[in-house]
Amino acid sequence: MRNVWTICTKELKSYFASPIAYLLLAMYATIFGFFFWNAVGYFVNISMQSTMMGRSFPMDVNEMIIRPLLMNTSVVGLFLIPLISMRLFAEEKRQGTIELLMTSPVRDLEIILGKWLAAVILYACLLGISLLNMGFLFAYGKPDWRPMLVGYLGLLLQAGGLLALGAFISTTTRNQIIAGAVTFGACLLLWVFEWVAGYETAAWATVMGYMSVVRHYEPFSKGVIDTKDAVYFLSLIFLGIFLTSRSLESLRWRA
Amino acid sequence: MISVQNLTKRYDRNVAVNDISFEVGKGQIVGFLGPNGAGKTTTMRILTCFMPPTSGRASVAGYDVLDQPLEVKRRIGYLPESPPLYPEMEVHEYLAFVARLKGIPNADVSRRVAEVSERCAVADVSRKLISKLSKGYRQRVGLAQAILHNPDVLILDEPTAGLDPKQIHETRQLIRSLAGEHTIILSTHILPEVEQTCDHVIIISKGRIVAQDTVENLTSRLRGQETVLVEAAGADAEDIRGALAGLGGVTRVVHRESRNGLHSFEVESAPGQNVRASVARRIVESGWSLHELRSIAMSLEEVFLELTASEKAAGADGKDGRQ
Repeated sequence: MRNVWTICTKELKSYFASPIAYLLLAMYATIFGFFFWNAVGYFVNISMQSTMMGRSFPMDVNEMIIRPLLMNTSVVGLFLIPLISMRLFAEEKRQGTIELLMTSPVRDLEIILGKWLAAVILYACLLGISLLNMGFLFAYGKPDWRPMLVGYLGLLLQAGGLLALGAFISTTTRNQIIAGAVTFGACLLLWVFEWVAGYETAAWATVMGYMSVVRHYEPFSKGVIDTKDAVYFLSLIFLGIFLTSRSLESLRWRA
Repeated sequence: MISVQNLTKRYDRNVAVNDISFEVGKGQIVGFLGPNGAGKTTTMRILTCFMPPTSGRASVAGYDVLDQPLEVKRRIGYLPESPPLYPEMEVHEYLAFVARLKGIPNADVSRRVAEVSERCAVADVSRKLISKLSKGYRQRVGLAQAILHNPDVLILDEPTAGLDPKQIHETRQLIRSLAGEHTIILSTHILPEVEQTCDHVIIISKGRIVAQDTVENLTSRLRGQETVLVEAAGADAEDIRGALAGLGGVTRVVHRESRNGLHSFEVESAPGQNVRASVARRIVESGWSLHELRSIAMSLEEVFLELTASEKAAGADGKDGRQ
C-alpha cells in the first residue's frame, strides 16, 4: 500500500510539474464553462418564454441543466482521458526510468495501481473545477444534490475504466503521441458503438451497444445507479489493469 | 554473493548470453569487460530481475532471481547505462522518491538522502532540477540512487560512459571507496578502467565468457613471456643478435629491422626474469651503442584483443597496429 502511494504521489507531482495538468485544467475549465453558460442560458430562455405565455409548469434544474452538463462532461472526458493516460508508461519507457521501477522491490501491480490512481485523482481535480460552476446553481436555486453526486460517481467510474485502458495502451509504446492517439481512437469507438444499436437489432449490434461507455453512463446522469452499469465500469477497470500487468510482464520477457 | 550457472538469454533467434557461469565473492569488485553487444547489459538485467533468463539460474545473496525477485531487488543497487532519472524532479525529491521505493522507512528517508548526497558529492545541487544537471552530476545522482538502501550488491552498467577525464577519475574513486561494504559488478568496454578499479575481471564476447581471473593473473598468464625491445648500432645485426641470444634467461631474439646501421630486436624471456640489465651490459661491454631499451608489456588491451581475436571483425573498434 505504501508503495502504491509512493508511486501515486510521484506521478501526481510529475503531472503538476509539467504543463500537462495545468493545460488540462484550463481546457476543461473553458469547455465546461461554455457548456454551463450555454445550459443556463437555454434554461433562462425557456423559463422566460413559459412565463410570458402564462404557463408556469415546474422547471427542473436537475433535469434541464445538471443532467445535460454531466452527459457533456462524459463525452468531453473521452477526449481528455487520452491526454492524461498517454504518458503513464510511455514516458517511463522513453526515459529508461522503467528500469528503476522494475528493479525496485515493488510488485508490478503496485506500480500500475499507483499510476492509475494518480491519473484518476488528476481527473477528479478536473471535475472539481466543474463543481465551482455547479455551486452557482446551488447559490441561486435548489437543485437536488443526490442525483448530482451519483452523476459525479459515474464520471469517476467511467474515467477509471478508460484510464486503465489508456494505461495498458501506454505500456505498448515508448511514444506518448502514439499512446495518446490510440487511446483516443479506442475511447471514440467506445462512444460511437452506441449509434449502431440505434437502428440495427441483430445480436452483434446489441453487443456493440452494450460496449458503449456513454450508454452505461446515461443512467448515472439521471442519478440512477444500475448494477449492470456499475459492473460494466468496474469490469473495464479490472480488464484495463489486468491487461496492463500482462503487458508489463511481457515487457520483461521481451525487453 | 552472486552465483550464475549456465545462464542463457535468447531473443527470438539471437543469443545474447550463451551458457555463462561465474561466481562473485563478498566484497569483490568485478569488471565485466567486452565489446558493445557482448551481452554485458543483458547479464546485468537478469541479475537485477529486470528480465528473466531463458534458461539457467542466477542468485544473489542466496535468493534466486526467478523465485524470489523481491528479496533480490531489496539487496541490489542498480545503475543502468543511462541513469534512470526524472528530469522534472529536483535531486533531493528524486532521491527521496527512490528511497521510499526501495523500502526505507519514512523516518529515515531524509537522513539517508542527505548521507548519500554527501557521499556522491551531489549535496550542492540537491535543490536543482535534474534536467539542469550536467552529465557528470547526473551520473553521480544515478550512483547515489543505487546505494541509497545500502544494498549488498551494486551493479553498475558502464558507470563512466560519456564522462570527461576528471569526472571519470572521480567516479572511479567513488566506486573504489564503495568496495568492501558492497560487492560490485561493473561493466565497461574501456580496458584501463578494469585495470584501475577491479580485482577480478570477466571477459565476455559474443555472449560467452572467454576468460575470468584476477587482473594480475590474467595479464601475466596470457602474456606468457616478457618482451624487451632493443635498438643498438655498431655491428652487424647478426652479431648483435647472436650475442643477445647467448644471455642467460633469454629464450628468443627476433631481428625486426635495420635502418641506417641501427638494428632493432625483440628479446623474449621467461616471465619474471628481468633481462634488461644484462642486455644493456652486454651491448655496452661489446663496444656497441645502445639507443633504446624498453620492455613491451602486454596490456590488458592486448590480452583482450587476443582473447576476442576470433571476433576481431566485430570487436576491434578500428584499432590498428595488430596484424
